[in-house]
Amino acid sequence: MRPRASTVGTAAAAALVLALLPFTLSGYHQALAAQVAVFFVAILGLNVLTGYTGQISIGHGAFMAIGGYTTAVLSRDHHMSLVLTMVVAFAVCFLCGLLVGLPALRLSGVYLALATFALAVSVPQIPLKFSKYLGGSGGVQSAKTVGHLWLYGTSWTVAAILFVLASLILRGRTGRAFRAIRDSEVAATSSGVELSVYKTLAFGVSAAFAGVAGSLFVMGTNGFAQPSEFGILLSLQILVGAAVAGLGSLSGVLAGAAFVGLLPTISSDVPVIGSTHGQDVVFGALVIAVMLLLPTGVAGLVPRLRRLRARA
Amino acid sequence: MVELARRRPLQAGRLPGSPVGLLIAAGCVFLLVGSLVSTIFAQQTVAGLATGAVYSSLALALVLIYRATEVINFAQGEMAMASVYVAYQLIHWGFSYWEAFFTTLGFALVLGILIQLALIRPVQQKSVIAVVIVTVGLFILIDGVVDWIWGASIKFMPGPFGNKIYHVGAVSIARQDIGTLAVTLGSVALLWVLFQYTKLGLAMRAAALRPASARLVGVRVNSMLALGWGFAAVLGAVAGLMAEPAEFVLQPTLMQPILLYAFAAAVLGGLESPVGAVVGGLAIGVFLNLVGQYVHLITSELRPPFAFAVLLAVLLVKPTGLFGRRRVRKV
Repeated sequence: MRPRASTVGTAAAAALVLALLPFTLSGYHQALAAQVAVFFVAILGLNVLTGYTGQISIGHGAFMAIGGYTTAVLSRDHHMSLVLTMVVAFAVCFLCGLLVGLPALRLSGVYLALATFALAVSVPQIPLKFSKYLGGSGGVQSAKTVGHLWLYGTSWTVAAILFVLASLILRGRTGRAFRAIRDSEVAATSSGVELSVYKTLAFGVSAAFAGVAGSLFVMGTNGFAQPSEFGILLSLQILVGAAVAGLGSLSGVLAGAAFVGLLPTISSDVPVIGSTHGQDVVFGALVIAVMLLLPTGVAGLVPRLRRLRARA
Repeated sequence: MVELARRRPLQAGRLPGSPVGLLIAAGCVFLLVGSLVSTIFAQQTVAGLATGAVYSSLALALVLIYRATEVINFAQGEMAMASVYVAYQLIHWGFSYWEAFFTTLGFALVLGILIQLALIRPVQQKSVIAVVIVTVGLFILIDGVVDWIWGASIKFMPGPFGNKIYHVGAVSIARQDIGTLAVTLGSVALLWVLFQYTKLGLAMRAAALRPASARLVGVRVNSMLALGWGFAAVLGAVAGLMAEPAEFVLQPTLMQPILLYAFAAAVLGGLESPVGAVVGGLAIGVFLNLVGQYVHLITSELRPPFAFAVLLAVLLVKPTGLFGRRRVRKV
């Protein structure tokens, strides 16, 4: 399956805009845009799992926490370069993903969703228990902090690399196996797809992406990894972002990431309702509105528009 | 209708066969013996049953919606929390506790029905994940609205049962625990009677489990599903109102930990089984209380992970929960 020329063109245009954007943004907005990149990577990961293999996870915040703590601890204890810690976080989370994916083979649907939800609840509690190594509720401060521009550049470069990686994985044999599993496990097995291998692999890849997102997230919070930052809300944000982006397609990921990355900040100053509650009211209402209007997410909009144009 | 009533699969919950039944019987015997041997054990068990009853009723609300809509309602806890705030406001305006209690249940019924009609039905046909996301959105929205109207600061609300303590032998039992148990289990029982022995209940079960056949025999499926959301919201409100005196203070985060344990209870029981939800809730309440008392390694911050670890262990042995039935998949 070769990608369409128009798809590659759109991706290249988006990359160009993102590359030129920092020169027009203030430091604060660069940091905000870097946060969008964090969600971009995490949503990409979740999409591999939920959108392509049909395994629902509400626990990706947990993998982000693992990745984030990997970066912070390695930087604090071994003064490892931050870029290198991302590679380690990728590997560590890949393994964690495989470990979670193995028992997940026995679960499906809502049971899997709730099991991963349990993961999201449990993992942030671990630093509280082992506060000697993981800093307790105060968190871990990495040895180095980074500037806004560095953060922006690194985040989006990593996001681009992982986007290409994801599309390569999903285009080939592996991606076909993933989709076959999503559409019918029985049919996939009978065509020779090894269910346990591919389902676990999807979990690993997906978790690895989330881990890198966690690393970037920690760099964005001045190098602080704190348990409260990786709460259940983060997992829900990723899920909402993936649904807004549209599952089973990579074309909407940027929109989904922008939705969850920017909206809470933008809507924090709503005139009528006032400061902090306004954020929740507007964000919650918009999440519902988007789902009512675009139940298949932004990615579902593209084929719909194409159909409209074909009719016209 | 008559034909539907006779079909076995429509029955709300059957006690499952040997292993699970034995396990539960063994658990009951263990609790009974322990309570006879140690007063502390007995006290913790009763208190655990009371908190467990709150989990049960919220878990049952989740199960009701799961059976009808095939989704987990993430907003269930927040809907309950909003109801408790309404009760707080009514008491503030001079209602007596029980007047406020029943008015609030009415409010919850309307709230549940309206949410189903306005927000869930439009997306229900399109995709399951969209419904889940809508409930997540509702979670955030209700949180924000309550915060907006009442503020995030702690409110104090009188409990219905007071602080009286009964002494049975050497065991002291709080009146509040007994009251909580009676009200939550009472409402669960009322609902069970409604579902099992009334025509309306039969229609609701039929609409949830066999919508197409139900429609053919003249059940108004859409209205029944909306009513199901209404009843679920009422059960949630009961859970919230009974959880509140235990916590004594009212905060927008009131129901969030309870929702976690209700999830666990519903999954433990098998998600599709009302009996399972009630048993699961009680089991988790008692289990956590006893573990908190006797296992010092499990400190309070490790309690949710521990509860979920146990839950996972159960799921790995029995992936459809204790009372769930294995689904046969067709190619």
